[in-house]
This record gives sequence, C-alpha cells and structure tokens, in this order.
Amino acid sequence: MDFTVLAKGIALAGCGIGAGLSLIAGIGPGIGEGRAAAAAVESIARQPEASADIRSTLILGVALAETTGIYGFVTGLLLIFVAPGLFLGKL
Amino acid sequence: MEINLHGSWYITILKDTPLGDIHITMTMIIGWVVLLVLSTICFILGHNLKVHNISKRQAAAEYIVEALNKFVRGNMGNQFDKYIPFIGAMFATAIFSNLISLFGVWSPTADLNTELGWAMIAFVLITYYKIKSQGMGGYLKGYLQPLAPMLPINIISELATPVSMACRHFGNILSGMVINTLIYAALGLASSALLGLIPEIGVWLGAHIPIFEIGIPAFLSLYFDWFSGLIQPFIFCTLTCMFIKQASEAD
Repeated sequence: MDFTVLAKGIALAGCGIGAGLSLIAGIGPGIGEGRAAAAAVESIARQPEASADIRSTLILGVALAETTGIYGFVTGLLLIFVAPGLFLGKL
Repeated sequence: MEINLHGSWYITILKDTPLGDIHITMTMIIGWVVLLVLSTICFILGHNLKVHNISKRQAAAEYIVEALNKFVRGNMGNQFDKYIPFIGAMFATAIFSNLISLFGVWSPTADLNTELGWAMIAFVLITYYKIKSQGMGGYLKGYLQPLAPMLPINIISELATPVSMACRHFGNILSGMVINTLIYAALGLASSALLGLIPEIGVWLGAHIPIFEIGIPAFLSLYFDWFSGLIQPFIFCTLTCMFIKQASEAD
C-alpha cells in the first residue's frame, strides 16, 4: 500500500497544529505590557513633571518584553510558509 | 489569491567551492546602496566646517553629534568615548536598512544574516571586556559559578545574548514584511471581487487597478515600518551599550 499521501497529509497537519500552538506565546507580552502600562500611568499620576522620562522608559520596556511574543510569531510563520516546502521535499 | 513570500533573491557566481555555492544576494546589494547613501549624507554634513558663523547644515550635524554623545554617555559613562562613532554607525545603518523598505525594495534587515553580523560584533566586544576585567582564568571560572553543574546553563545564557538581540530585531521586521504582503494580497482580492461586478471589462480592471490598495496599508505601515523600524535599532544599540558597560565593571 502506498502511504505517501497519508504521510504528506500528516506532515502538513502537524505544521498547521504547531503553528496554531506556537501563537499561544502571545499571552505573555499582553499581560506583562499591560502591567507595565498600568505602572506607568500610576507614576505619571503621582508625578506629572516626569512624564516624558516615564514615557520613554515605558516604550523601552515594552519593546524588550515583546521579544518572546515575536519569537512565537516568527515560529508560527516559519511553520506555515517554510516548513511544508522543507518537509514535503523529503517525502 | 497569490501570495509571494520569499527570502532574498540571489544569483550564484561561483558553484562548488569548498565553502559551498557563493551567492550575491539582494541583501548585499541593498546593503551597498545603504552604505553609499550614508556615506553621501556624512560627506554632505561634514565637509567645510567652520568655528564661527556656522551654516544650518553644520548646525544639523552638530545636533546629531550631540544627541549621539548624550545617548552613549548616558548608557555607558564617560570612559567609552571611543565607541561613540561605532554605535552611531550601527544605529544609522539599522535605521536606514529598516526604512528603505518604504521605497518598495527588499530591506536588508529582513534577512537574519544582517542582524547576526551586528550581534556577533557586539558579542566579541562583550567577551573582550569580560576577559579584560576578570582575566582569562576569572572569565572561565565564571562559567562554574555558583555550582559546577551550572556549566551548560551558563553557556546557553551566554550565547542567548547575541541570538536574542538579533532575533528580536529580525522578528519585528520580518513580521512587518509578512503582514504587509498578506494585507496587500487580501486588498487585491477584495478590489478584484468588487471591480469584477462591472459587466464587460471588470475582470481586467480588477486584476490591474486594485483600488482598495490605496491608503489603507499606510496606516499599518505607520506601526510596522516607522515605529518598529525606529525603536528596534534604538533597543539594539541600548542593549549593546549596557552589556559592554556591565561586562567591563564586573566584580
């Protein structure tokens, strides 16, 4: 029996499920950056003169915390667009 | 809906050398264009400088130099003045490479090799300063702190620094490129569906005049190209400065 089509189907299904699972990593930066923004709002309310400083520190911290979310996103993109070509080329 | 997502275009100039095939990629070509543009700007801003009665061009150049000095000294203290030109060059190259995608060409930072190159330079600098401040023996013994079995974890965390700096920049720019491609494909599909309703020439119109592609991608490009493209080099250079400072004053 020729299982090639079934094997290709399973490989593609694995890529799809993996891409969906890898984007669960988006939860982390969402929660963390929300908390950072809350702390920034509170400290601006306490000391409005420092608001320019607080704003740039907030942006810096947000871009750093965004890293792991971007890791998950790029992994998902690779699984959808690059992995099928790689895996199916070997089948 | 044809989506055309690809890596960098390349031509092969040498086949089957001991190192594999040698390519000239679009990344390298646009990198040279960025190099030429930056060199021209530096020459225009920096020639014929005077001490009194400065022109507006010289005032702009002095403003840029002062902002760069303040940035590097604020992060590293006053003893690293010899790295101000290096950080300025990296910052300017990164900004120009990110923003050149607004002209419709492939941006060299959408290729991981570019960011890995910058991150390796930063890694070499950080390791050099660590060895200089702790001595070779102290540096190697630092991998066994606080317990000897921590060696693999310490090695991984040492390598994670340049890799994460490169991947952060690359991921932001790549995600911008992919989302822009998908949005253009979707808007093209929508406009060909709408224009296809016109009786005679609808199909040809829909394929050649995508009316929905005017203006709407500009709002997304505000975040992905402008905001992301300006913040990520700032973060890369800030992290480089902070890690070098931290490495030179350990213990």
